[in-house]
Amino acid sequence: MSDNKIITPQKFLDELRRFQKGSVTRRHFLGVTGLGLATAVLGTAMPGLRPRKAYAALSGTVNLTTWPNYHNQENLDAFTKKTGVTINMNVFGSNEEMLAKLQAGSTGWDVFVPTNYTITTYKGLDLIEPLDLKLLPNYDPATQDQRFTSEGAVDGTVYAVPKDWGTTGFVINTKNVTQKPASWKEFWDLTKGPLTGRVMVHDYQLTTIGNALKYFGYSFNSNDEKQLGEAEKLMLEAKPHLFAINSDYQPSMRNGDAWMSVCWTGDGVQLKRDLPEMEYVIGKEGGEIWTDYFAIPKGAPNKEAAYALIDWLLTPEINAKEVQAHGYPSTDARTNKLVPKEMLENPILYPAADLLTNLEFGAAATLTNPLRAEIMARFKSA
Amino acid sequence: MAASLPSSRSKVVTTLLVAPAGLFFLFLLILPLIVVIIYSFGARAEAGGYAPAFTFDNYANLPARGQAFINTLTLAPLGTLLTVLFAYPLAYFLAVKANERLRTLLLVLVIVPFWTSQLLRYYAWIMILGSKGIPSWLAWIGMTDVRIINTPWAVLIGAVYGFLPLMVLPIYVSLEKLDKRLLEASADLGADAPRTFWQVTLPLSLPGVATGSMLVFILLMGEYILPQLLGGGKVFFIGNALVDLFLQSRNWPFGAAVSTALVAIMFVTIAVYMRFVLSRGDTRRAALV
Repeated sequence: MSDNKIITPQKFLDELRRFQKGSVTRRHFLGVTGLGLATAVLGTAMPGLRPRKAYAALSGTVNLTTWPNYHNQENLDAFTKKTGVTINMNVFGSNEEMLAKLQAGSTGWDVFVPTNYTITTYKGLDLIEPLDLKLLPNYDPATQDQRFTSEGAVDGTVYAVPKDWGTTGFVINTKNVTQKPASWKEFWDLTKGPLTGRVMVHDYQLTTIGNALKYFGYSFNSNDEKQLGEAEKLMLEAKPHLFAINSDYQPSMRNGDAWMSVCWTGDGVQLKRDLPEMEYVIGKEGGEIWTDYFAIPKGAPNKEAAYALIDWLLTPEINAKEVQAHGYPSTDARTNKLVPKEMLENPILYPAADLLTNLEFGAAATLTNPLRAEIMARFKSA
Repeated sequence: MAASLPSSRSKVVTTLLVAPAGLFFLFLLILPLIVVIIYSFGARAEAGGYAPAFTFDNYANLPARGQAFINTLTLAPLGTLLTVLFAYPLAYFLAVKANERLRTLLLVLVIVPFWTSQLLRYYAWIMILGSKGIPSWLAWIGMTDVRIINTPWAVLIGAVYGFLPLMVLPIYVSLEKLDKRLLEASADLGADAPRTFWQVTLPLSLPGVATGSMLVFILLMGEYILPQLLGGGKVFFIGNALVDLFLQSRNWPFGAAVSTALVAIMFVTIAVYMRFVLSRGDTRRAALV
């Protein structure tokens, strides 16, 4: 009908009512009234309107699986307003948990945020889509910091695009911790000594075992049985002295129950922003440096919206607002230009280069090593 | 002929009535349980998950979670016992002492906490038991440096708080149905109040205690969120071990073996407990409360 006959004003109003009342979808309304076609034609004629042409095809919900305190709500609301797609956010505590859910199947996720060391595993298990970079016009590989982006590609195919990067150090409340610890050795010794009952470690084998390995100067990624045995012994000695084993350490640090905790960059920034007495320390022996990526799982129900959301969040102006909210540095030089100067000068976000040299990227084998998983479980149940 | 028609029809009716519950149990309880048991003899796949195998290794490995079993098997009964001790006087007051109007009000108050999610209420307890909460009041009266949060005590407090209504209501029902003339008879025959309580009231209310204890005990045995939040990840239950096995180490076969062991332990415990309770006097009839 709409192909060969122009819609009458009465019919247009009827359709508008139906759309307003929600009895028809936006797509039906745009189709039947010819507005969709008109927008599309206008879009090609007027370059300024072009992006909307792509969004006009979007509908429904996009399921975003991510980490706590990791997005700027304003950006998400603006996406919904622009595209009509509602965002359903799902927050996780560990990469293992994400992997377990994807392995079990039928997650309904459209976009998720894996960390660098998981991507080859996802690829190996065929759980992740290769990305069509043409659908991400706002992602520009040339402006990315190459240190942080290489692990998004497996055998030359891009499976994930970088969101931000960070380090894993520890946070101290200097009101209570006066010893000025600067190393993982001091972290664990203080835990077993003067700070007994006041220290938290992550409920995450990668960082907790990794930083116990650093006590002995071993690699954060060590899978050597003897070295892991030493790390386990240290962890078991420290266990009775811990306040908690929990990756959600901000509440306990804020209310004064915990005085020191293993900590990721952004939590350090968020704590310091509200409580100046908080200090973020990168252990001088090293530790972890990481990149989080955006990726699309196999079988994502709303792939168009998934691409649109990733592209939206990687738009430099939008991404800069993300960075200001979550406090993790972007991998994109264009975004960094738009971030306020005091953030760029913040040593928590951008540590001195000599501190970074000792840091290691987590390895895929570190995450999937069954012995490490078992050590963590023994530590927790001890 | 005439008699067999209604009887065959009643059979059909019975089948139709039982079918929904039967199918529900078959597909959501029996079949999943069989899958779990099959998995428990399998092996962990290379990248986690399940790989078909037939091995008893997972069962041989159960002692590796011994501490989780010990924690659960001490804290679950202890939590149940504490809940009985707190719930019984309250239920007794509600059923025997309180007048009609006060009773309705108090019963509503017992149920009100259920209107808010248990998760939120445990988060509130993190604050109450944290150093800015009860320990700071204790410090004020001279007891300094008391730690409650992230200890087994916090988990027990959370258990009593969280499960109190589940215990109060069955005890209340069994006390409320108690024939008051029995108490008069007891007094007539010369028993004083404590003796009447121990020999008449308490035995007659035991079915309520048994029902409430079962509810609380079963829930505590499978508890995950309570030790996670109020135990700070340091008080480790079997439920926590299972979450780790399925979501962190992704060792599904071992997780299945731990689940099967938990189900077996619960089954035996409950069977023994029910037999013990039912053997005490004429409570069989009343146990159907």
